[in-house]
Amino acid sequence: MSSSQTSHPSNVSLEERAYNIRRYALRMGEVQGQGYVGQALGFADVLATTYFHAIKNRPEDPLWEGRDRVYLSIGHYAIALYAALIEAGVLPEEELETYGSDDSRLPMSGMAAYTPGMEITGGSLGHGLGIAVGACMGLKLKKADNFIYNLLSDGELGEGSTWEAAMAASHHKLDNLIAIVDFNNLQADGASTEIMSSEPVDAKFESFGWYTQRVDGNDMEALVQAFDNARNHTEEKPRVIICDTLVGKGVPFLEQRDKNHFIRVEADEWQLALEALDNGRANQ
Amino acid sequence: MKFDKWTPRLPDPSKPKLKTSAMIASLGAEGLETVSAPFGHALNEVAAKNDKVVGMTADLGKYTDLHIFAQKNPDRYFQMGMAEQNLMMSAAGMAREGFQVWATTYAVFASRRAYDFICLAIAEEDLDVKIVCALPGLTTGYGPSHQASEDIAMFRGCPNLTIIDPCDATDVMQATHAIAEHRGPVYMRLPRGKVPNVLGEYDYEFKLGKAQVVRGGNDVLFISTGLMTMRTLDAAKELAKDNVDCAVLHVPTIKPLDTDTIIKEAQQSGRMVVVAENHTVNGGLGEAVARTLLENDLAPKFRHIGLPDEFLGAGALPTLHDQYGLSTDKVCQQVKGWLG
Repeated sequence: MSSSQTSHPSNVSLEERAYNIRRYALRMGEVQGQGYVGQALGFADVLATTYFHAIKNRPEDPLWEGRDRVYLSIGHYAIALYAALIEAGVLPEEELETYGSDDSRLPMSGMAAYTPGMEITGGSLGHGLGIAVGACMGLKLKKADNFIYNLLSDGELGEGSTWEAAMAASHHKLDNLIAIVDFNNLQADGASTEIMSSEPVDAKFESFGWYTQRVDGNDMEALVQAFDNARNHTEEKPRVIICDTLVGKGVPFLEQRDKNHFIRVEADEWQLALEALDNGRANQ
Repeated sequence: MKFDKWTPRLPDPSKPKLKTSAMIASLGAEGLETVSAPFGHALNEVAAKNDKVVGMTADLGKYTDLHIFAQKNPDRYFQMGMAEQNLMMSAAGMAREGFQVWATTYAVFASRRAYDFICLAIAEEDLDVKIVCALPGLTTGYGPSHQASEDIAMFRGCPNLTIIDPCDATDVMQATHAIAEHRGPVYMRLPRGKVPNVLGEYDYEFKLGKAQVVRGGNDVLFISTGLMTMRTLDAAKELAKDNVDCAVLHVPTIKPLDTDTIIKEAQQSGRMVVVAENHTVNGGLGEAVARTLLENDLAPKFRHIGLPDEFLGAGALPTLHDQYGLSTDKVCQQVKGWLG
């Protein structure tokens, strides 16, 4: 399946988008004093590419039938997706101050019923790819040409249901499915490769019949190329982009923190984190 | 059906040859009128009216009567492989794109294996997915791997999910049409293959969410669901011969429960209430009815026929129904014992 190239007529660079996403995530993290901020920082470049290079969407109409769907299988990355949705104009910036609070539309784990732009409830890991499989079959039945981008993580590859879905996707020739794996080598109990290694993950997907790419998920140029390749690939195969990312990317003292799966940051550190992010940007 | 497995059990020439524990067993008595694949044929009628209807299965199309739909609607039929989690996830995705999905497998695999996916991917999103499952409760002699004795207990815990336990072919066909008209997730237990037809002789029509008195009586009020309504109707006929007058209240919708009708019927004084279900006594219709009665200050003499809290045995289905108290004979014996 080919797709019309989506243009976001804007002179804001993808790097600038990623910086803004990181900044929004840090500010939401500060509201609660904790969160999956490290993943948001690591995944920001992928989200910038997804929302500002790859997908068709209308921020003012999150349910527009012609949109490409973005499924956040990794519900605990909600803070990252909220940041992207704020940057995309789906959510107002001021709302980030409600993150994780009572009556908020931004609960700490992603809930489809709460948030415009949150297409599925993905908190129980191993659900997203299979829901995407069904939705891709539904889109084909409707003869619609939308893509579904399913955002998942390396830890999630431990869930057997993900591989049931991976097998079904290639069996049913779902060339409208693009899976994005955040490979940050980190899950709750430690390094993913030590808890239950999915390596060689690219070879696994390939053997399951997927068009497979593996890129540095913090290299914007490589990401843009990989997303273009995925959209324009001509074989009737599902596509996967495995993105190796660095947890805490952009804030050096968070990149180096030992326990950074679920970050708790002292009150005074949030300002330091924002400053570190700004410094890194100034030095680019 | 536990025994010392180290001691040989040789054929006993004085007893009839043991029947096998076949996967699919007949639910009704021999000679009973049956309808072939009532669900599959009813679904075809539904699909003829609604082009958004699709069927999905996890390698059990032929064993859930969905092959009838597949033959007529090949473009709307999806084989998801031997992967029940995948079946439920895909059903959710398909429903997200505006389709009404009929997903079939065995009740054990939907409940024990795919509960999280039904609960979160389907029910939490209130999606229009009908989960239709064969071999509910004790309907196979194949052993615990295929006996879904706790499916209702599990699914009663899941918000948004409507639960249907039809009795016979008439019930299955009418329920299929009714739940197609109802937008939202449904779990339906399915008698499949050649399904007995018993409700035809009574003045009965399936109504979603409604319990109905199928037979009146003054001594005993059976409150039954699923195939146990077949048994309580038969038992009522048998007990009438001993001048025990039994009413049968059939409750095909387990959730939401028609508490109004249950209360109204239980208020008729002097009747012993006997709940009968093809399900463990834990967490099914019996406990739901008991709570309804107590919360409404009703305290009739109350008894419960259901499967014991144990992993069940293998063998021929009639033998097992006799052993675990679900056969018509055993229902009659228990009732007579309770009446004293």
